[in-house]
Amino acid sequence: MANTAEAHHDDHDHHMPGFFTRWFCSTNHKDIGTLYILVSFIAAIIGGAMSWYIRLELAEPGIQYIDDFQFYNVLVTAHGFLMVFFVVMPAMIGGFGNWFVPLMIGAPDMAFPRMNNISLWLLVAGFILLLLSAVIGDGPGTGWTVYPPLSNQEYQPGPSVDLGILSLHLAGASSILGAINFIVTIFNMRAPGMTIHRMPLFVWAILITAFLLLLALPVLAGALTMLLTDRNFGTAFFVSGQGGDPVLWQHLFWFFGHPEVYIIIIPAFGIVSQIVSTFSNKPVFGYLGMAYAMSAIGVVGFIVWAHHMFTIGFDVSTRAYFTAATMVIAVPTGVKIFSWLATMWGGSIKFEVPMLYALGFIFLFVVGGVTGITLANASADLVFHDTYFVVAHFHYVMAIAAILAMFAGYFYWIGKMSGRKYPRGLAKLQFWVFFIGVNVLFFPQHFSGFAGMPRRIPDYPAPYEGWNYVSSLGALITMIGTILFFIIVWRTFYGEEAEANEWGEGATTLEWAVASPAPWHTHEVLPDMTGKAPAE
Amino acid sequence: MLKRLFAAIAVVAVGVIMSADLAMAEMVEMRSKPWQMFFQEPMSPTAEKVYDFNVFLLWVEGLITIFVLGLMAYICIKFNAKANPKPSKTTHNTVLEVIWTGLPILILIIIAIPSLKILYFVDKTQDAEMTLKVIGNQWYWTYEYPDHDGLTFDSYPVPDDELKEGQPRLLSVDNPVVLPANTNIRLLLSSNDVIHNWAMPSLAIKLDTTPGRINETWTHINKPGNYYGMCSELCGVNHSFMPIHIKALPKTEFSNWLAKAKKEFATNETQKKDAPVRLAQAATAK
Repeated sequence: MANTAEAHHDDHDHHMPGFFTRWFCSTNHKDIGTLYILVSFIAAIIGGAMSWYIRLELAEPGIQYIDDFQFYNVLVTAHGFLMVFFVVMPAMIGGFGNWFVPLMIGAPDMAFPRMNNISLWLLVAGFILLLLSAVIGDGPGTGWTVYPPLSNQEYQPGPSVDLGILSLHLAGASSILGAINFIVTIFNMRAPGMTIHRMPLFVWAILITAFLLLLALPVLAGALTMLLTDRNFGTAFFVSGQGGDPVLWQHLFWFFGHPEVYIIIIPAFGIVSQIVSTFSNKPVFGYLGMAYAMSAIGVVGFIVWAHHMFTIGFDVSTRAYFTAATMVIAVPTGVKIFSWLATMWGGSIKFEVPMLYALGFIFLFVVGGVTGITLANASADLVFHDTYFVVAHFHYVMAIAAILAMFAGYFYWIGKMSGRKYPRGLAKLQFWVFFIGVNVLFFPQHFSGFAGMPRRIPDYPAPYEGWNYVSSLGALITMIGTILFFIIVWRTFYGEEAEANEWGEGATTLEWAVASPAPWHTHEVLPDMTGKAPAE
Repeated sequence: MLKRLFAAIAVVAVGVIMSADLAMAEMVEMRSKPWQMFFQEPMSPTAEKVYDFNVFLLWVEGLITIFVLGLMAYICIKFNAKANPKPSKTTHNTVLEVIWTGLPILILIIIAIPSLKILYFVDKTQDAEMTLKVIGNQWYWTYEYPDHDGLTFDSYPVPDDELKEGQPRLLSVDNPVVLPANTNIRLLLSSNDVIHNWAMPSLAIKLDTTPGRINETWTHINKPGNYYGMCSELCGVNHSFMPIHIKALPKTEFSNWLAKAKKEFATNETQKKDAPVRLAQAATAK
């Protein structure tokens, strides 16, 4: 097996470009995917360090480390931006999406390889601008929601917020271009016989995500431009004294912001579906239900945005509508969870590390999902809005769940990407440390939220200390888990060679039909999928 | 660290006991307690309804979670590669799929009905006996009593080094907003600068104060006491340092306080009273 892989590999080496051309001017979907994952890695280290610094400060009441509260707010803001735009999105969509969508649909590359390149470098530029925004001037102390008037020139003077806005503009442009690329690739470049209803669910997930990006990000771009001109050119879109309205920003932001949540979690659905099926050695249960549940989540995701704004003083009937619409989302997400369980039911489950992470994902997603039902109710929101209950909820359901799905994807595909196997025992240990860590970290925050502790505060009244201290201990455990992951990544370079299909007969998608590591060019002869069963 | 933790617990415990038993025999003290895992005691009709609703929600959600996670555990034991070496190839079961789509819809409807009822109950009061206007500022609150000659004062947090005994840190203010207990009170909220949020957990009040807008809600405080809350919308560098302290008094004591306060804050009448009064009239007129 290794021999054929190498022989195959060598065939293509003669037109392998030099280092600079290969990595900086790359048009190869695999190299670009690798670079996306690298960006995500670097951003994760910075964003993670910020969150640990926040937890360090919050371990006990009073001010211990961060006596500049603007800086605290900058940490909160930058942590959010980094994790959303520069960790999860690049890894899931740019990284795994670029790597495996062409491999899974039997295409030789993405439809627009050069656009793929500019997508990547716009993201890198956006990343640099975001880092600059935190160090030039006072930093943006607005939270990732950037609500005016707090984000107006009057309350956030200096260039920081402007740099942040431009950073998001670039990241947004990068994502829009990437989305167009995925949509065109998936619609036009599937192998013969692979109909839409035979695509692997990961491809479905990326397709739906791409549509969400394409529809949501232009709204963010418009809102950001309005904020930029409000700050610098005297317009007053969001200035109430001059005929504008700060609440308009919230509508525009959350019209983007809510689909953004699904942009983060739908690729995770895709990854988890592949993994659950592979390691249960069974095709996905209710394939069409799964695909259309994701589509339904995407569609409904566009008409529920104001549940983030229940306390702005809406008319009561508006709140009633958004309560009802938001609860509807529980139905397709329920279909997904039950379908995963039904996929496992009757299967022959192997608890490899990717499967452990997929199960961890389902666990977190269920716990975070049910607290979402609470928060969907505008009446319950009277006590929970802007408390740590919300922090616990969204970290469970999307942030940490997405991180677990990223780990799942990493361990599932690293053999294919690098040609090396990860150290299995260490990876299992890492899963348990990380999984226990995040639960100790975020579960007590539900309690703080019940007791009424507001979020985004550097200091809190003494009675909140207990659970905050436990939460910070959880952050410490999570940190150990993260360091273990870096050790695993490093050890993987020296791991044993991975076979083309290291997961056995459960792994039926096309990426397992090519050698490991995947050769620089794949699927030069299109695989014929005519008459094959729906790809799980 | 631990020493401080225990000291804090002891101080708070003593404070709670003292406030309950001695100093203010009738005054309840509404703020969180160490290691609190659930709501503060509900102290208004709104809070009671929200509390009960959340208890109901927790039961439903807890059962769903236990069911799903239990199922997951069962599957992991029953269908692991050792226990079940031959996987089935079942991929469809229409009845099952209809059930797991239909049943959640039913559960959601059962949740939505009480939820929406509470929502409409909470929204506005029809028969307010008085109005309080709350105005957010960076980083303090201004309270106006438009029905009581436009009495107006500011409520600043008490710095750590000026805390008197029994005053909780980060929750105490120099001038608490005094309100009569057992009274329907209309609240009008606005802001002078950025968006703040006036929140009181034990009364289930949480509403943004937005510049250029007036938001309306209401409350009815069941018992005299001290009620504590914090600003709940990121409003700049001192966001964690603009507490809300409501001192609810029996109606008679409230009138006494009004008389005193009108004298004490007489100098505050720089911004004439017609603006807030017009506001309140507009609100009452409808």
